[in-house]
Amino acid sequence: MRILRAIFGHTSGRIGGIIVMLYLVIALLGLMGFTPHDPLMQNRLDRLHSPTITYWMGTDLFGRDVASRLMRGVGQSFTVAFLSVAFASLAGTVLGLAAAWFGHRMDGIIMRLMDVLLAFPAILLALLVVAIVGPGTWTSIVAIGIVYTPIFTRVVRGPALSLKARDFVDAARTFGSSRTYILTRHLLLNLVAPLTVQITLALAWALLTEAGLSFLGLGTQPPASSLGLMLSDSRNLMETAPWLLIFPGLAIMVSILGFNLLGDALRDILDPRMRRSNP
Amino acid sequence: MSPFLSVRDLRVGFGRDPEINPVVRGVSFDVAAGETLAIVGESGSGKSVTVLSINRLVDFGGGRIVSGSIKLTRADNSILDLTAATELQLTKVRGAEIGMIFQEPMTSLNPVLSIGSQIEESFRLHRGLTGKQAHAAAKDALDRVRIPDALRRLNYYPNQLSGGMLQRVMIATALACNSRLLIADEPTTALDVTVQAQIMALLAELKRETGMSMIFITHDIGLVAGIADRVMVMQNGLAVEQGELNQILDRPQHPYTQHLLHAVPHFASGQAARTDGKRSSEAAPAVPALRVDGLTVRFPVTSGIFRRPAGAVHAVEGVDFDLMPGETLAIVGESGSGKSTTARAILGLTKSTRGTFSAITQETSARRSQRPVQMVFQNPYASLNPRLSVESILAEPVIAAGGRLDGRTRERMSMLIERVGLPINSLDRYPHEFSGGQRQRLCIARALMLNPAVVVLDEAVSALDVSVQAKVLELLVDLQREFNLAYLFISHDMAVVERIAHRIAVMYAGQIVEIGRAAAVLANPQHSYTQRLIAAVPTVSRRKEHFELDTRQVPSLVRRLGFEPGPADWTHFGADHKARAEAPTHLQTAG
Amino acid sequence: MGYLTRRLVTFPLVLIGVSILVFVAIRLVPGDSITAMLGTEAGLLTPQQRVALTAYFGLDQNWLVQYWHWLLGLFRGDLGISVAYGKPVLDVILDRFPLTLELAFLSMIIALAVGLPAGVFAATHNGRPSDLAVRIFAMIGQSTPSFVVGLLIIYVLSVGFGALPTMGEFSPFWQDPLRNLSQLIFPAITLGLAFAASVTRISRSAMLDVLSDDYVRTARSKGAPARSVIWRHALPNALIPVVTLSGMEFGYLLGGAVLVEKIYALPGLGRVVLDAILQRDYALLQGSVLFIAFNFMVVNLLVDLAYSALDPRIRLGER
Repeated sequence: MRILRAIFGHTSGRIGGIIVMLYLVIALLGLMGFTPHDPLMQNRLDRLHSPTITYWMGTDLFGRDVASRLMRGVGQSFTVAFLSVAFASLAGTVLGLAAAWFGHRMDGIIMRLMDVLLAFPAILLALLVVAIVGPGTWTSIVAIGIVYTPIFTRVVRGPALSLKARDFVDAARTFGSSRTYILTRHLLLNLVAPLTVQITLALAWALLTEAGLSFLGLGTQPPASSLGLMLSDSRNLMETAPWLLIFPGLAIMVSILGFNLLGDALRDILDPRMRRSNP
Repeated sequence: MSPFLSVRDLRVGFGRDPEINPVVRGVSFDVAAGETLAIVGESGSGKSVTVLSINRLVDFGGGRIVSGSIKLTRADNSILDLTAATELQLTKVRGAEIGMIFQEPMTSLNPVLSIGSQIEESFRLHRGLTGKQAHAAAKDALDRVRIPDALRRLNYYPNQLSGGMLQRVMIATALACNSRLLIADEPTTALDVTVQAQIMALLAELKRETGMSMIFITHDIGLVAGIADRVMVMQNGLAVEQGELNQILDRPQHPYTQHLLHAVPHFASGQAARTDGKRSSEAAPAVPALRVDGLTVRFPVTSGIFRRPAGAVHAVEGVDFDLMPGETLAIVGESGSGKSTTARAILGLTKSTRGTFSAITQETSARRSQRPVQMVFQNPYASLNPRLSVESILAEPVIAAGGRLDGRTRERMSMLIERVGLPINSLDRYPHEFSGGQRQRLCIARALMLNPAVVVLDEAVSALDVSVQAKVLELLVDLQREFNLAYLFISHDMAVVERIAHRIAVMYAGQIVEIGRAAAVLANPQHSYTQRLIAAVPTVSRRKEHFELDTRQVPSLVRRLGFEPGPADWTHFGADHKARAEAPTHLQTAG
Repeated sequence: MGYLTRRLVTFPLVLIGVSILVFVAIRLVPGDSITAMLGTEAGLLTPQQRVALTAYFGLDQNWLVQYWHWLLGLFRGDLGISVAYGKPVLDVILDRFPLTLELAFLSMIIALAVGLPAGVFAATHNGRPSDLAVRIFAMIGQSTPSFVVGLLIIYVLSVGFGALPTMGEFSPFWQDPLRNLSQLIFPAITLGLAFAASVTRISRSAMLDVLSDDYVRTARSKGAPARSVIWRHALPNALIPVVTLSGMEFGYLLGGAVLVEKIYALPGLGRVVLDAILQRDYALLQGSVLFIAFNFMVVNLLVDLAYSALDPRIRLGER
C-alpha cells in the first residue's frame, strides 16, 4: 500500500501507473472475449471502413473490426511479455544468486555463458530460437525469455555481490546462520527493489521485441491478432487506410511508454542512490 | 584594525522554503588577518554549511543564504559582500583569495586528470599561466607541501597516491595562488592519526610561512588546541560560544562546550585508563575467555595470466594474546596494521593461515552458547539488514543457534532492548527509524542475545558523533561488569581506547609490537612505533605544540613465496608490559 | 592481472562459446540437413545419392568432428555455400556489410550529436521546465519502436510530400554519394531516434551523479567557471556509461537492423539472416549469425579499450 501511494505521488509514476492499469483492463477484456465485435469475423461489406460509431478504429482489408483486433492483440502481446519476463527474471535470479554466492569458478562459468548469450542482438537471438522451434506464441515466450535472462543475471549478481560483502551478512556468519537464511532474508529480500524496477522495464522491452517478431511474421501467427502483425498488414494500405497504421502504432508506443514511466518512477522510489536526481 | 573576514547574522536554509527551517540560524564571527579560527561542532551543527556559505559553494548543494552578510577584505583592500556577489565575482575570489580543502582527499580530486594538471588549473585560472610556466609553478606548489619527488608526482593520477599525499596535493592546489584564507573542512578526519599529525604540522608551518588566515572545522576539540587562535563552538545551527583558545579550553562558559571538553573522551596519556583490571588484583590466574596463539593470516599474491603464486601479503603474522573474563584488550593500530583482519580471523570471517584460538567456556558454560564469541561492527548502517524488523534482527542469532522465537527469547529481547537504553516499543520497528548511536546499541543487544563470553568490537564507536561515543562507551563498561564480558576492542582512536581498555596491544605491519597494561603502555610507550603513535594523538593539554614533519611510509606487507619471519624477541618492562625488540632500520624499510 | 589482460583472455573463450552455440543451435533444427539444404529437390535424390551427399558434407561423422571441420573452415574464411544466394556465405555477408556498417555509423552520429548535448543540458538545468521538456522527449523517443517510427516517416513522406525514400539496389557511398545518402538518411534517423533518446537519458543521469561528486566541488572551490566545471571536470567522468551504451547499441546495429531494413527494403545484414531463416538456408544462417556475434564482441572489446583511455583508474589498476 505504501508503495502504491508512493507511485501515485510521483508524476511519471502516476501517468505510467494509469497507462499500465488501463492496458491491463484492455488486455483482460480482449483475452476474455469482451470486445465490441468478433475480432476474427470478416465482413466483406465493410472492408477498409474508416472509423465510425460502429467501428471505433475502422476495419481492415477483410472487414474485421480494428478496435476488437487491437484489444485481442494487446491481450496477446501482454501474455507473451508477462510470461517471458517471468521466465527471464526467475532464471536470471537463480543464475545471478548462484554466481554471486559461490563465486570463483561458478561465477566465471555462469557469467561467460551469459556473455555468449549477450553477444547476439536481442532480435537476432529470438530469430535463432524461432528458426529452431518454428514460429508461434510459445516460441516467442521462450525466445524473449532467453534474450532477457542475461540482463536479469547481471542485475541480480551485482547487488548480490555487494550485499554479500555487507556487514550484516558477515554478522549472520558469525551467528552461524544457515545458507538458506542468508540467501533468502539477507540477499533476496534486499533484491526485491532492484528486481521490481528491472521487471517493469523488461516488460517494456519484451513488448517491443514481441511486436518486432510478429511484425516480421515470426511471432503470433494469423489469423490470431497481435499488434506487430496488424502493423505489418498496414504497410501496403497506409495511404488509403491510415487508421490501420495509426492505432496499432500508438497502442504499441503508449504501452511501452507506460512501463518505462512506471519503471523510472519505481527506480526513483526504491533506489535511494538515484533519488536525488529527481527531486 | 577591521577584520579580514566578517560574518554577520548568517542564516542559511535548504530546499524550496529555505527560511522555514534554516540549518544555520544567525551566526556572526570575525577572522583577522593571519588568524586561525576553529569551528567545533558535531554532525548537524551547521559548521560545514557555515563555511561553504563563505565561498558560496553552498549554492551548488541546494542551499540559500536567507539573510546576513559576509564581508571579505580583498587583496586590493576593497570590501566585497560575498552574499551579494555575482557568480563571476565569486569565481575570481574562489581559489585566488579563498582556498578550500575537504574531508575526503580520496574523492576530492578528479580521478581522470593528473595531479599536475589539477594544480596547474589554478595557475591558469587566476594567473594566466600556461604550458611550461604553469608546469614549473605546479612543481613549486608540490615542493611547498613537502611532497618528495615532486616533478615525477605531477604525472600521477589520484588513485596512485595515499590519502595523506592526496591531502597535501589538495593543500597545494588550494594555496597555489597564495590564497589569503584557507578553509579546511575536517581535513584530517579520514586519515590515520600519524598522517593527521603530519598534515596538522604542515598546515601550521604553511601558516607561519605565508601569514594566511585559516578557518579550521573539526568535531574534535582536542585537535584545535594545536592550531587555533580562536574557537567557535556550534550546536544546532547556532554559535553557542566563541573566544580565545585558552579561554574556551580552560574556562568554557556554555554547558555544551563544557560537555565537549569533559564528557567526551580525550587522550590523557594513560591517566584516564581504567583501574578495575583483573590481572593485577587477582593472584590466581583464571582461565582466559579467549586465547590466541600464533595467529597468522596471509593472502596469496599471484602474477601473470596463469595466476602463479608469487608471494603473500602477510596481513597478520604470529599474533598471541589471551583475554580474561571481564577484561578489555584493545588492539590499536592504523589502517593496514592487520587489527581488523585479526578480529575477522577470530570470528572465522577470514580464513587464518595458521595459529589456534580457543574461546574457553568456563564455570557458567551451561548458560553460554556454543558460539561464545560475538562481534559488533564499525558501521551501524551497514550491519543491520534494512528490510528486517528489530525483532527479526534480534531473533537471528537465536534461530541460527537452533532456537526458536518463543516466550523466553522475547523476554530476553525485551530485557536487552531496555538494558541498552532503547525504547521498549522498538521491536516492531525497522533500522532506518533509529539514529546511528541507537543502531549501534541494537547491534550490541544482538551480540548479547546468545550470552557470549567474548565480544569483539571492531571500531564499534568510530562512526558515531563524539558525545554519542561517550554514552556508548559507558554502556559497554556497564554491560561488561554486569555480564562479566571479555571485550576485544579494535580501534584507531587512542582517546577512546584509554577509556575502555584494561590492556592494550599495539599492532604495526601485521604484528603486535607492544602489549601490556593500558596505563603502562600509554604513559610509557617502549616501541618506537607506539611512541610515534602516541605523540601524534592530539590532546587538549598540548597547545600550539610544534609537530614534526615525518614522511615515513608503512612498509609493504608483501613478501616473497616461502618467507617466514624470525621468532619474536620480546623485552619486558614490568609485570604486564612488553615490547618487540627492534632492528635499527625496521621502520624505514619501505616498499 | 590487469582488467584489459583479463578481457583479452576471456575474449577467445566467449568466442568459442558463441561458435558452439551457433553450431549446436543449427543442428537442433528439426529435419535432416540434406532435405533442408536442397529443399524440394531432395525428393528427387536416390538413396545412394543421399548417402554420398551425407558423406560428402561429413554429416555421417559425429558432431565433434563436424564442429572441428567447421572451425577449421572458419580459419580459412570458408563459411560454406549459401543455397539461397548460390554464392559462398562469406561473399554474401561481405556484399551486405558496407550498408549495415554505414547505417550503424550514421545512426550513432545522429544519436551522439543530439543525445549528448541534450543530456548535459538537461542535467545542468535539473528540475527546470527545459529539463522536463528534454526528459519528456527522451521518454517518448525511447518508447517508440523503430518500426513504428519508420512506418510513420514513410506515411508522412508519401501523404505529405508524395515522395518515398529511395529504395531498391544499394549504391555505395563512393559510387553515388547523393543516392547513397538519400537511401540511408531516413533509415538512419529512424534508428537514431531511439538511440538518441537512450543517450540523452543516460548522459543526463550520469552527469547528475557526477555533478554531486566531491571533485566537482573542489573544481568550483578553485574558482573554475561553470563551463569548465561541466566540460572539463564532470563530462569525462560521466562518459563511461555513455560509451558503454553507445558501444552496445552500435554493436547491435552492426548485426543488421532487421525491422528497419525490411520497412525501407534495404539489402543489409538483417535481411540476410531473415532470408536465411525463411528459406531454410542453414549454412548462411550459421555463418551470418556467427559473423554478427563476432562483430558485437569486437565492438565491446573496443569499448573496453575506450574505458581505459578515459579512466586512469582502469588503465593503472586500482590501488
